[in-house]
Amino acid sequence: MANKISDETIEYVGILAKLELSDEEKEAAKADMEKMLDYIDTLNELDTTGIEPMSHVFPVNNVFREDVVTNGDNHEETLANAPQRKEDSFEVPRTIG
Amino acid sequence: MAKQYETVIGLEVHIELATKTKIFCGCSTEFGGAPNTHTCPVCTGMPGSLPVLNKQVVEYAMAIGLATNCKITQVCKFDRKNYFYPDNPQNYQISQLYLPIARDGYVEIETGRGTKKVRIHEMHMEEDAGKLIHDEWDDTSLVDYNRSGVPLVEIVSEPDMRSADEVIAYLEKLRMIVQYLGASDCKLQEGSMRADVNLSVREVGTETFGTRTEMKNLNSFKAISHAIEGERERQIELLEAGKEVVQETRRWDDNKEHSYAMRSKEDAQDYRYFPEPDLVPIVISDEWIARIKAQQPELRSEKLERYKKEFDIPQYDAEIITESKRMADIFEATTAICGKPKKVANWLMGETFRLMKEQDMEPQDLKFSPENLAKLIDLADAGTINSSVAKDVFEKIFFEDVDPEKYVEENGLKMVNDEGALRETVERVIAENPQAVADFKGGKEKALGAMMGQTMRAMKGKANPGKVQELLRELLS
Repeated sequence: MANKISDETIEYVGILAKLELSDEEKEAAKADMEKMLDYIDTLNELDTTGIEPMSHVFPVNNVFREDVVTNGDNHEETLANAPQRKEDSFEVPRTIG
Repeated sequence: MAKQYETVIGLEVHIELATKTKIFCGCSTEFGGAPNTHTCPVCTGMPGSLPVLNKQVVEYAMAIGLATNCKITQVCKFDRKNYFYPDNPQNYQISQLYLPIARDGYVEIETGRGTKKVRIHEMHMEEDAGKLIHDEWDDTSLVDYNRSGVPLVEIVSEPDMRSADEVIAYLEKLRMIVQYLGASDCKLQEGSMRADVNLSVREVGTETFGTRTEMKNLNSFKAISHAIEGERERQIELLEAGKEVVQETRRWDDNKEHSYAMRSKEDAQDYRYFPEPDLVPIVISDEWIARIKAQQPELRSEKLERYKKEFDIPQYDAEIITESKRMADIFEATTAICGKPKKVANWLMGETFRLMKEQDMEPQDLKFSPENLAKLIDLADAGTINSSVAKDVFEKIFFEDVDPEKYVEENGLKMVNDEGALRETVERVIAENPQAVADFKGGKEKALGAMMGQTMRAMKGKANPGKVQELLRELLS
């Protein structure tokens, strides 16, 4: 029961992921995604009636921190990661607005 | 006959919570810091960083949920909402889709036709995005991540509102509840309360909903009102022309009083939500809910009743003062110092409201200290200054929070009671105004007022008005 990924789907997924793929890359990505969906079909063969959906692999809950400021002024460290910087801000291509 | 249309409105309200730190890291949430000074690897989405949930966010969200009659979701969790935009450095927002913290609530609003319930579909916790500033000259945008990771709750109503007035009443009610809980300051101008408006129109009597649009960028009650009127008309015009309303997100431009479509088809809204793997589920016990309920501060209706009993002020005064928690706090603090509740109420309802209206301010923006207002009330009460000087001094307190005792002293504003000085001025005014004197003696009461005014001006407004009137009558009889 092999899954088939259409050209439209791979195009759409590319847009969502902000990726521009060459024709060869699209074909490769299609093949990969088809395999992934096949694997999910395998998982779906398992009867999970009455089992709570699991949202986390560890049986832990309620991990919190108290509302106390622990971080100081880190702007130099933060901006060290900016591909482009202008004064104390990240500079990016103009967005709408 | 022209068709009658009904407007159907639902709101998505975002409220920034009043925590000291962000939702998933120990960075400060303080507003107005220099760009990127409140940032760390977590809130700038650096690879390998891990979020840890701020407990206070859950407690504020629970408090708001309970105060809006919601059911608390006792096993709840976070999900990732995926989208690319420079204000969102992780390329996903941590939010809640499948198990939001609260559901199925309502608030009651007052409308022209009585009390109405606006139902709340759900409320979830999420993180705010950074702030983009557009550089007109360079064709670039600058990003400040100080706001990235500031905790928000989003309250999604059912489409239960039918007019701009109902929308404003709903927002005011929500704001009052949240402010009273101390969960947020809810300032629309600073963006700590933001509303997206979902609006459709349909012919009166129709059961089904029309196609809706969503409007964003509404940062004042006035903008919300205008945007609702504008969008209603736009949709009706389309329908009347036999066209269809397109489901889209529109951005309101308050300067142009016009909205325009924001997202194109290529920019599809497909958020591909999935459970957030970096955060564990939240399990909320009955005990925890009971504790939050017990900690609930005094709400407005309780405060109103207490004010009437404890301070013996009229219903009307109590209603106006308790409309905002900030105003009520000022009232209580000032009364605690000077012990004159009715006078405090008068200053707040009179001059304070007048200046707020003139300056387009909200109670949240008030800066003056209760100490200085209390001192002013004492000065006026003791007869140290007269009532018109008191109003001038109050303006100084309102804008600059001056110490009225010092200010009155330094500017020589004390009321002049000195019989000699007053008599001298009154005599001069009488001598200079034979016509007014004649008019008064001829029975025109008004002429006395004119001479009083002149005397007050001659004394730079500081004379004791009672004494001036007494002297005028004495010298003219």
